[in-house]
Amino acid sequence: MTISFEGKNLEVPAGISVASALLAGGARDFRSSIVGNAPRAPYCMMGVCFECLLEIDGVPARQSCLITVRDGMKIKQQLGAPELEDINAGVNHE
Amino acid sequence: MSKEQLTVVGGGLVGAAIAYGAARKGAKVRVLDQGDAAFRASRGNFGLVWLSSKGGGMPRYARWTRDAIRQWPELHKELLEVTGVDSGLEQNGGFWLGFSEKEVEKRANLLAKIHDEVGDIPFQMMDHSELKQYLPGIGPKVVGGSFGAHDGHANPLMLLRALHAGLNEKGAEVITGADVVDLQHRENSGFIVTARDGQSWKSDRLVLAAGLGISKLAEKVGLYAPVTTTRGQVLITERLKPFIPYPTNKARQTQEGSVQIGSTSEDVGFDDRTTTDKIEWLAKRAVDTFPSLANARLVRAWGALRPLTPDGYPIYQASEACPGAYAVICHSGVTLASIHASAIGPWMSGLAEAPEEFETFRSERFLDPNASFTNDH
Repeated sequence: MTISFEGKNLEVPAGISVASALLAGGARDFRSSIVGNAPRAPYCMMGVCFECLLEIDGVPARQSCLITVRDGMKIKQQLGAPELEDINAGVNHE
Repeated sequence: MSKEQLTVVGGGLVGAAIAYGAARKGAKVRVLDQGDAAFRASRGNFGLVWLSSKGGGMPRYARWTRDAIRQWPELHKELLEVTGVDSGLEQNGGFWLGFSEKEVEKRANLLAKIHDEVGDIPFQMMDHSELKQYLPGIGPKVVGGSFGAHDGHANPLMLLRALHAGLNEKGAEVITGADVVDLQHRENSGFIVTARDGQSWKSDRLVLAAGLGISKLAEKVGLYAPVTTTRGQVLITERLKPFIPYPTNKARQTQEGSVQIGSTSEDVGFDDRTTTDKIEWLAKRAVDTFPSLANARLVRAWGALRPLTPDGYPIYQASEACPGAYAVICHSGVTLASIHASAIGPWMSGLAEAPEEFETFRSERFLDPNASFTNDH
């Protein structure tokens, strides 16, 4: 299936997590640290560390290691902290 | 004359602040910390540096807290300079928020009483629209509140780390994993402190700041230290862009962006678990306070036990039977950290007199058979 990350299309196998798909596709800068602005990448890959946050289909701060890829997903880096008002409650990608 | 050795049993916020205050005055200090088997109240502190409404039943406690609040900037600055660790102090004022007119009126009466009794603890009552100018995110259920210009918050974990780094800088010895089980007093030759694993230490002076573990140890050196506990459950959100500019009694946003939602105050004995009903109650109350929190993701919840005396006010007590031994029980380890370092450390290490009117805090107040106590205030 095809997903896009920062506007670039990636061909990825079905059934894997967004974090795995992007790492395999060479992505390293997933988000920037809220405190120090440093680039961050997935670490625990099991939903604990919150290092792998991404904006997925317009919803900020998703844990990409816990979300399975879907054809047509549009993914962006999570830069800084999300703003609450922008969060679209109730949208669920699982 | 050689310097006296001070041993502090308990390396949490209370013990560490007292030990730091003694060490920076030149005392020879050793801290014995039990380790992770302890209940670790310092790890569950909400992080408020708070004066408003403290000491409604004990003016000396209100003054003590007021002095602590005034000394906090100095402690924060000093720890930052000495250790490089930022304890996260912000003192731009804080809000108490109420959901009913009755509750708000009760609050106004309490704050007025404390201000009259103690002096110089100003406050401002605000209605919903006034509150909204300071906290634009509040919901319609918040009918009113109070503002204390002196209130604020800090990061309890970073404060604890800063105090321990400061102890290290000042040459104090911190021994972890020391589960103290026995204390002996030898006339004219101080104390012998023994841990469960058989290690023991000699000391001229002894401070018990052992939180929930204090009562049995205190008895061994002639101190009465009644302690109960209250459980606080807390919720933590993901890190968010700043939208709560002042700490409140129901939620505060940390410098890193997490919103800490708190807290319960439950009398459940030695049980530090979280419960679904309380988590639900906290979440609902937080959303009633700041409705946009309905969209925030929670990342953690925890329960922690905090030591409490029967009337909720601290005990600071010197032993008459075993001179040189002291007990401290205190609920507000963050707020009082500054004055524990500046006044209690020097007093208990023998380098200064006890602060004035300190008999108020003696534990004998609990021995009056006709008195009854509540810590629900």
